[in-house]
Amino acid sequence: MALRTALYDTHLRQGAKIIDFGGWDMPLHYGSQIEEHHAVRRDAGMFDVSHMGVVDLEGAQAREFLRHLLANDVGRLTIPGKALYSCMLLPGGGVLDDLIVYFVGEGKYRLVVNASTRDKDLEWIRRHARAFDVGVAERPDLAMIAIQGPQARARTVAALAAAGFPAADCDAALALAPFQGGAFGAPPALAPLHGAGSGAAPVLAPFQGGAFGAWFIARTGYTGEDGFEVMLPTAAAAEFWQALHAQGVHAAGLGARDTLRLEAGMALYGNDMDESHHPLESGLAWTVAFEPAARDFIGRAALEELRRTPHPRQVGLVLDERGVLRSHQRIEPAGEVTSGTFSPTLHRSIALARVPPTAVSPVQVEIRGKLHEAHIVKPPFVRHGRSLI
Amino acid sequence: MSNIPSDLRYSKSHEWVRTLSDGTVEVGISEHAQSALGDLVFVEVPAAGRVLKAGEACAVVESVKAASDVYSPVGGKVTAGNEALASQPELVNQDPYGAGWLFKVQATVPGDAALMSAAEYATYLAEAG
Repeated sequence: MALRTALYDTHLRQGAKIIDFGGWDMPLHYGSQIEEHHAVRRDAGMFDVSHMGVVDLEGAQAREFLRHLLANDVGRLTIPGKALYSCMLLPGGGVLDDLIVYFVGEGKYRLVVNASTRDKDLEWIRRHARAFDVGVAERPDLAMIAIQGPQARARTVAALAAAGFPAADCDAALALAPFQGGAFGAPPALAPLHGAGSGAAPVLAPFQGGAFGAWFIARTGYTGEDGFEVMLPTAAAAEFWQALHAQGVHAAGLGARDTLRLEAGMALYGNDMDESHHPLESGLAWTVAFEPAARDFIGRAALEELRRTPHPRQVGLVLDERGVLRSHQRIEPAGEVTSGTFSPTLHRSIALARVPPTAVSPVQVEIRGKLHEAHIVKPPFVRHGRSLI
Repeated sequence: MSNIPSDLRYSKSHEWVRTLSDGTVEVGISEHAQSALGDLVFVEVPAAGRVLKAGEACAVVESVKAASDVYSPVGGKVTAGNEALASQPELVNQDPYGAGWLFKVQATVPGDAALMSAAEYATYLAEAG
């Protein structure tokens, strides 16, 4: 039996086509993936991303633990609520997962990890947390909704107000800087719902509540547009989704999420990097903090070696002819497409690909038995609704 | 439930066939097929004059999700391809049995007995599904 989020019935009522994604029954689209894509680029769309894993860490040495666990440096996070994108590496440099870490407050951090890697991530995190005496708690009692697009923040704040949040909270949410989040208490109107949802009784974590807040609103996302990611009690998810819908936010599925992230040049775990590929050959060198040199993170020694020797690199590809680039297509003279799609914004096919360090543009990609010319570009392809190629 | 017009014949690979009054046949893909593919972004149809064998791959429908070959349910000479699909592939999604037709064929061997009726196709989908 597949896992289902608190919004599963809501998706069905909205006509979602459901697919299996990492063991979860998730909406692929609600009619037209391309229309949902455009809604996010031009207005505001919302995604149920409750399948992703929320993991709270707490302990006096939580900061030092994460500085060891992650390739990016949480020491850079000094303002409570600030977020950082990072890879979590194996000792050999392969990517165990990519994640977002939020600095909630002194000794308190929240991780958001991929759905398909959640179990191995938790095992890995728990194993390494022991030496630092850091508590690790999964938060299956939380749902997560990403609201993205040029109108996303305004419409989300209107929905928060409609859901009963006081004006001061709404103002605080609207004032969040990019990559900044904040914890919020439940609004009075929704508070009675907590724990009352059918089959959604919260699993009380040891340090749940106050410190992390019942709701967590962050100005982050995976589309290349402005917007929020809202973590909230599962019992309140359907009601808040309806409040967003009432504000004109369009429901969007995982199909649109993939075309949006690819236009934004953002990597997808399992496609663009995995346990056999390190960040330096996956377009993620910018997320590895080699400075300060004294910080001993897992995978550091391997990456120090790899960065000194020629290694493949990630590039963007644009296909000028008809056809669609897709993952695993072979590149001539050498290389492979890691993620490809049709770009609804650019009306042609785009891809992320791994090629030898010596590769020059144009390259040839084998699509359905024939070679097609593609040009190398530097991702992102689209940012804030505008073409960058 | 999928829309399956009763006046058409269907193939196991989800093409439909309509016999026109002049004896030529029009070919497209079913509602079920377009729905399974998702939003189409490119459609390639055969050029007029091309001679097809029954069961030959002769058109491609490519969606955001996947590229799929279309097989001619009948053998014969292509009399027309739907040129509108080059700029409006979404017609196949919006109107698979009408404006989203793919190509027309002057069949070598008249008759479509080898194909399924609407009722048979509905059963076929239910069993496959």
